[in-house]
Amino acid sequence: VLGAGGGGNDVQWCFSQVKGAIDDDVAEADIISTVEFNHSGELLATGDKGGRVVIFQQELESKNQPQCRGEYNVYSTFQSHEPEFDYLKSLEIEEKINKIRWLPQKNAAQFLLSTNDKTIKLWKISERDKRPEGYNLKEEDGRYRDPTTVTTLRVPVFQPMDLMVEASPRRVFANAHTYHINSISVNSDCETYLSADDLRINLWNLEITDRSFNIVDIKPVNMEELTEVITAAEFHPNQCNTFVYSSSKGTIRLCDMRASALCDQHSKLFEEPEDPSNRSFFSEIISSISDVKFSHSGRYMMTRDYLSVKIWDLNMESRPVETYQVHEYLRSKLCSLYENDCIFDKFECCWNGNDSVVMTGSYNNFFRMFDRGYRQDVTLEASRESSKPRSVLKPRKVCTGGKRKKDEISVDSLDFNKKILHTAWHPQDNIIAVATTNNLYIFQDKL
Amino acid sequence: MSEEIEGRRPSSDEATHKEQQEIDDNVITPEKAEEVKLKARYPHLGAKPGGSDLLRKRLQKGQKFFDSGDYNMAKAKVKNKQQLPAVTPAEKAEITGDHIPTPQDIPQRKPSIVASKLAG
Repeated sequence: VLGAGGGGNDVQWCFSQVKGAIDDDVAEADIISTVEFNHSGELLATGDKGGRVVIFQQELESKNQPQCRGEYNVYSTFQSHEPEFDYLKSLEIEEKINKIRWLPQKNAAQFLLSTNDKTIKLWKISERDKRPEGYNLKEEDGRYRDPTTVTTLRVPVFQPMDLMVEASPRRVFANAHTYHINSISVNSDCETYLSADDLRINLWNLEITDRSFNIVDIKPVNMEELTEVITAAEFHPNQCNTFVYSSSKGTIRLCDMRASALCDQHSKLFEEPEDPSNRSFFSEIISSISDVKFSHSGRYMMTRDYLSVKIWDLNMESRPVETYQVHEYLRSKLCSLYENDCIFDKFECCWNGNDSVVMTGSYNNFFRMFDRGYRQDVTLEASRESSKPRSVLKPRKVCTGGKRKKDEISVDSLDFNKKILHTAWHPQDNIIAVATTNNLYIFQDKL
Repeated sequence: MSEEIEGRRPSSDEATHKEQQEIDDNVITPEKAEEVKLKARYPHLGAKPGGSDLLRKRLQKGQKFFDSGDYNMAKAKVKNKQQLPAVTPAEKAEITGDHIPTPQDIPQRKPSIVASKLAG
């Protein structure tokens, strides 16, 4: 079976786990809005429309089953954001978590940034597995003892207790964005991070919440002249002075913070030339970039637009070095996709650990992997039907016309309400997390 | 003068070029065919889809309320709908809040801390 995996073209993907409710009646709050592994891959965080964050932790591989990688179980869950009301504009501010980004681990605690449309929060997740016992003035249940009954002194000691995982908000970065935040990215210096909304990008220090530096501002003086918005932004993985941002017109700008305080002038502009004779009403909409991700190496970046995934070499601005069609068959369905708003769906994309394979989602709970080295691609499905433990996923095929073969699905039978917008790849291993509307699937390669 | 009246025959190169142009005009890309479909359904659709109208709609995302009282009443209505229907019709008439709200009527907007089903 042709799979797509790092370091070989014979990777077979198996179902590992699925999280979430089985029933079809999905509450809006349960819609998953972001998925992110931490830097070691031990933790997997999800955010949802209800403003909640759930963190899963990978169990240590047991000695009994050395062939099995550890399962992900719930580690912590908390309410990150709540709905708010903007009194000035009489607008509701959604609690939906747009993005979660982990900080590299520096001590025993874990830190992550989570953001909704307007406010970014730094959360500390720490473990408590011991508690002090044997106070002189307090009973074990907390009640104060009558001092006159104390006849001896003792030194309190730490006793083990059941593990408790606590999440506490350490910083709240608010009131810096007029428009809706679409991205956050932690700098490789581990001191700063950026937040991007439709028209502006701000630079923060992780310690300072009452000040933020604006580094990109594309708001025109006259809003009637607005032609493009910022759709995503990310810091370079190891050059702390470099970041990129993508636009609704399909361009990517690379900026160097050493050049000037305000990075309105890009250092590089990545844009694929378009054949003007192919231009249509839909051209600009489908060229809008919904996600941009640097490779782990920092040499390449990947962009996702409505129909394709493109790999760019940072040394070449004129065109991408690789282009992969995700679901080209949708090009002849653009009219209905515009009418049902699906054409505005924002798909994300991700790299595997060694940058040899990229992955992105599609409709009908399909997701696609492209092996850059072997030039192979595969379509897989996240569904309850193929959810038997360790069952190998069968590649799917969409029939684009003519005679439909057995096991193929025709374009008109695709369920456009079942979209996979968010996927994540473990930083080292072949473990992937794929979010359907309200379920999180975890797949692993067959060991 | 004589050339105009005669109607000079085009050379073979020009002929193939003209034919090719006709072929190109007749072959519409799937994208352009979709555009034709869309414009047939919505004749008043503007020419520039990526223009400021679309972007401004995007920038204004978020449900607008008249004021904070309107917002709180809408939240209360949703909350009441979600509660189990254990109230009598008479009580229900008061709770749905179609009357002018007073501070005593508006329930405290407490966050509904329902655990995520992913953690179940």
